[in-house]
Amino acid sequence: MQLPGSISPAQSISYAKIVAWLAAFIPLLRLFYLGFTDQLGANPVEFVERSTGTWALVFLLISLAITPIRNLSGQAWWIALRRLLGLWMFAYACLHVLAYVWLDYMFDWPDIVKDIVKHPYVLVGASALLLTIPLAATSNQRAIRQLKRRWKTLHQLVYLVAVLALLHFWWLVKKDVTEPAIYILCFVLLMALRWPHWFSKK
Amino acid sequence: QTTLAYQKTAYGKEETLTSLEDVTSYNNYYEFGTGKSDPAREASLFKPTPWAIKIEGAVKQAKTLSLEQLMKLAPLEERIYRMRCVEGWSMVIPWVGLPLKALIDWAQPTGNAKYVVFISANDPQTMPGARMPILDWPYVEGLRMDEAMQPLTLLAVGLYGKVLPNQNGAPVRLVVPWKYGFKGGKAITSIRFVEHMPQTTWMKAGPREYGFYANVNPQVDHPRWTQSSEKPIGGGLFGGRVKTRMFNGYDEVGQLYSGMDLKKYF
Repeated sequence: MQLPGSISPAQSISYAKIVAWLAAFIPLLRLFYLGFTDQLGANPVEFVERSTGTWALVFLLISLAITPIRNLSGQAWWIALRRLLGLWMFAYACLHVLAYVWLDYMFDWPDIVKDIVKHPYVLVGASALLLTIPLAATSNQRAIRQLKRRWKTLHQLVYLVAVLALLHFWWLVKKDVTEPAIYILCFVLLMALRWPHWFSKK
Repeated sequence: QTTLAYQKTAYGKEETLTSLEDVTSYNNYYEFGTGKSDPAREASLFKPTPWAIKIEGAVKQAKTLSLEQLMKLAPLEERIYRMRCVEGWSMVIPWVGLPLKALIDWAQPTGNAKYVVFISANDPQTMPGARMPILDWPYVEGLRMDEAMQPLTLLAVGLYGKVLPNQNGAPVRLVVPWKYGFKGGKAITSIRFVEHMPQTTWMKAGPREYGFYANVNPQVDHPRWTQSSEKPIGGGLFGGRVKTRMFNGYDEVGQLYSGMDLKKYF
């Protein structure tokens, strides 16, 4: 709704984007703050890996929440936030991998390759990241125009990325699976909210 | 925390100690929660004194040993040991304790005693993690008799010269430095001598991942974690990894396993 003299819809979308962008930046700023003030705990590398991985997953789920939110609220402008959120997911996923290859393995590539090949959870995580690269690369307007209908098909990869990322989390936990279970539940819920919409389209 | 009277020893003199802060704030002790910082936060209600340990099973006579009695079985020694966690990180900890052998000699096991079982405290009242069915409580660990008698095997009652903090397994815990950290049962309430190899808690939780022996072995990989290298705690963000050594560098224990296929008996 728009009150007389208030901002235009286009403006409110830009404001929403700015707010979302700044909010997405906070976890990264927090990591730097904790790092510089020596508050990352006894195993700071694990902390950074955990934190960036968790935030990548959170942004993935938030971007998957946009469509159900639009459908339920009937407000189309929510879609305008989706690319930004998806790209932040990609950014945190890249930081997660950077923490792994740099801080954890100090670019010891033979060891990294061994770790990926031998440990299913690492392999699954690495696959999830690889699949996000084409998504991030085709997130611009030009790619959307050029790929036309295929763009949508390509971007359905995000569901596979989500499944792989959740499996990565589930398998890495030693025994207490409460935390990954919560994320899996959120994902299932978000998928369930899509069902009625899919049916109504057909 | 109370200061202990103990003798210094040559064990691990050349090692760089992990800080007391890290040793007491980064713990795997699921009875107090599965997060690494949970034990330091949640263990304050736990009461490590008074304490008694039941000695049972294949012994001349079942009996109970108070903490005070235990600490008089042999002079307390400081031993600086490397600790390698199965998750791929490591610490160097100055333990204070006595060889497990001293207790075994006192317990007088019979000829049927082939293994020793260590049973940890399981008090849901003071241990919030023990209220959850994460592991099959109480925590059970075990050693073969010759491993238990090995001079390195320690019953620790302190670290950094003081009584063990609750989160590190007060009042008494097992330390087996050539094995992964989870072999070291904490807050031990009974020690049982048995004839057959016991099922330990982690063997039950993940038989493919955790074997009875759990010797540190860079050649036997874990389905989840790289075992060829480890991250020393205290190295900061850019400390990197170091290569993991066979038996965590305690080569003298190798003879205990001569002729055994350590890939099979992992």
